[in-house]
Amino acid sequence: MLGTQLAALLDGATPGVAEALGVTDGFDDALVHGFARLGGDRAAALTALAGALAATPLGPPVRDAAEKLAAGSVTGEHLTHLAGGRTALYGAVHDALLDRLDTALGRSRAAWAASAGSAEAAADNPLAGCRSWLQELAIAGWRGVDHDLVAACDQTVEALLAVPGLRRLAVLLDGLAAELRASCPVATMERVPSRRWSDLWARALTLAQPGALADGPAETVSGRLLVLGADVHEHATAVQAQVHAVLEPSGGAPPRLVRTSVGAAKVDTIVGPAVWGLLPHPVLLGALAERRILEVAGLPLLGGGDLVWDDSRAVAGEPADPFATARVLLAEATAPPVPPLERHPVRIGEPVFVEGYTASAGAFELDGRTLPVDLDRLPACGPLTPALVAASDACVGLLRWDAGRWSLQPLAVRGTLKRKPFEAHTADWAAGPTDPAVVKAQAKAGDAVAVLRERAGRLLRR
Amino acid sequence: VKSEVAAGGRHSAAQVVRPVRPRKVAKVPFVELADGRLQGVVSSGSDLARVYVSSISAATHGFSCSTNNNRPCGGLRGTAACKHLRALADEAVLQYGLDRVARYLRVEAAAGEDLIDRLDGTRESAPAAAVFSRFLRHLTYLELPGTTAPIPELHWFPAMPGAVR
Repeated sequence: MLGTQLAALLDGATPGVAEALGVTDGFDDALVHGFARLGGDRAAALTALAGALAATPLGPPVRDAAEKLAAGSVTGEHLTHLAGGRTALYGAVHDALLDRLDTALGRSRAAWAASAGSAEAAADNPLAGCRSWLQELAIAGWRGVDHDLVAACDQTVEALLAVPGLRRLAVLLDGLAAELRASCPVATMERVPSRRWSDLWARALTLAQPGALADGPAETVSGRLLVLGADVHEHATAVQAQVHAVLEPSGGAPPRLVRTSVGAAKVDTIVGPAVWGLLPHPVLLGALAERRILEVAGLPLLGGGDLVWDDSRAVAGEPADPFATARVLLAEATAPPVPPLERHPVRIGEPVFVEGYTASAGAFELDGRTLPVDLDRLPACGPLTPALVAASDACVGLLRWDAGRWSLQPLAVRGTLKRKPFEAHTADWAAGPTDPAVVKAQAKAGDAVAVLRERAGRLLRR
Repeated sequence: VKSEVAAGGRHSAAQVVRPVRPRKVAKVPFVELADGRLQGVVSSGSDLARVYVSSISAATHGFSCSTNNNRPCGGLRGTAACKHLRALADEAVLQYGLDRVARYLRVEAAAGEDLIDRLDGTRESAPAAAVFSRFLRHLTYLELPGTTAPIPELHWFPAMPGAVR
């Protein structure tokens, strides 16, 4: 990433973003207090949401929902329309930000190919349970959430987890419920994370509509996969490693930016490097740890640029330096489009290569511009630390946008510390920790996965 | 001391719950702060197939301990906690940090103090069956199949640095 590119990204606001978020923030404030007690200001915030969408097909239903809620009637359909309206505005913000980023980087992005998809009509029961819990939340408002309301979600989550096609919704709902449980009673919480919880609520209500989780378009690809780095996501009961890579398709087609994600359910006591042990994909994890190329054959590639991983269709090849991949291939690789229902700024995580900067605490200075570095996203399962980031002079990372600003999430750093060169990648420990101190700490803590699996075997199958 | 609850406001991706600290889980496989109680499951020292369900109420500091077959724990007397309750409190402090546990139980406890000695509750009944079933539900997560389809919603849940590095 050049200084001029960074300037194009950071200098000046993106038109419309602040205005759109001003409207959704009003909606979020209304949800803090609940739709059962809409005062004049908060009813006006819902009307403003409808107003912002007036020129779109969502305008009339959202206006109708705002009026009905102001009159004291809260139905599932009205809430769905309001969630849809908020989601549409966030989609527009996402598009504006991603376009700004692509323009700044000179990155070309493929267009989304609309398709009918395969609608699975099955399993509506857990979806209905989910919608009704989300409705209770909306009526109570975040400030009205207590232990009983949180506990009412348990059965729904269990039912969702039992259906593999509904895992996305189950993971989302479980994450939200855990935060609400930890914050109970929310009435006494100092500051409610209103934007975040509204995000999760609106996405959950969207995914809980019949057919929302149907499969989208996919093609089959083969070729060489050159890894850029691994982004790790985690809450108490889920972990996902999302690997960003450049695919050189066999047959000489132009390189493409892709991602592949492997995930597992877990419990809260499995943390740090132990999470890698939950991901049974030795070919992928081995290649990450040893920084090797992956030759893949016949893997499905979803419309949003996600390769559906299958260890049996991949072999690790020669060593490949992610920094070299980022330096040489990122500029010419075509980025994938974003599936319509995933359009939200939180999903923006665009791989970039940055070098020649001056690192300070929590930021990189490059050609007079300051790019904040997100030190809260250095996962405990890998070797990256704030000290290494601060001592680095080259970085492969993801550009992200949150709370009104851009930041860089490091996936790999290289530099000199105490006159010794170093290099650290988030997935360095994917095949087990390599740092003796970490190996020792793990041995001391014991293998939580094995102990709990033994307990599960003894108690669950009696 | 860094707050266990991240700042609120207009962030999308700032997780509200900090990850717990790693600890040995053999003796106390399950600890949680939920339903207004510090509750969990403690392995029996003598019988591999037996576990104790122990809990302490945040509202009354009343405590309870029984086997998973609902037999009262023999170590429990009037106002004295049994070794299972002590183990539960100790492991809760390891897992969540003294601050968070003390705040949940609404007690003042200085570093180095045994949390359980600061509680003045007496023995009371608690829904041991419900806690045990929450433990079984907890264990079922480890039996679920993994995923290779992306879960985009996890972008709201970035992996964070450990509680202790």
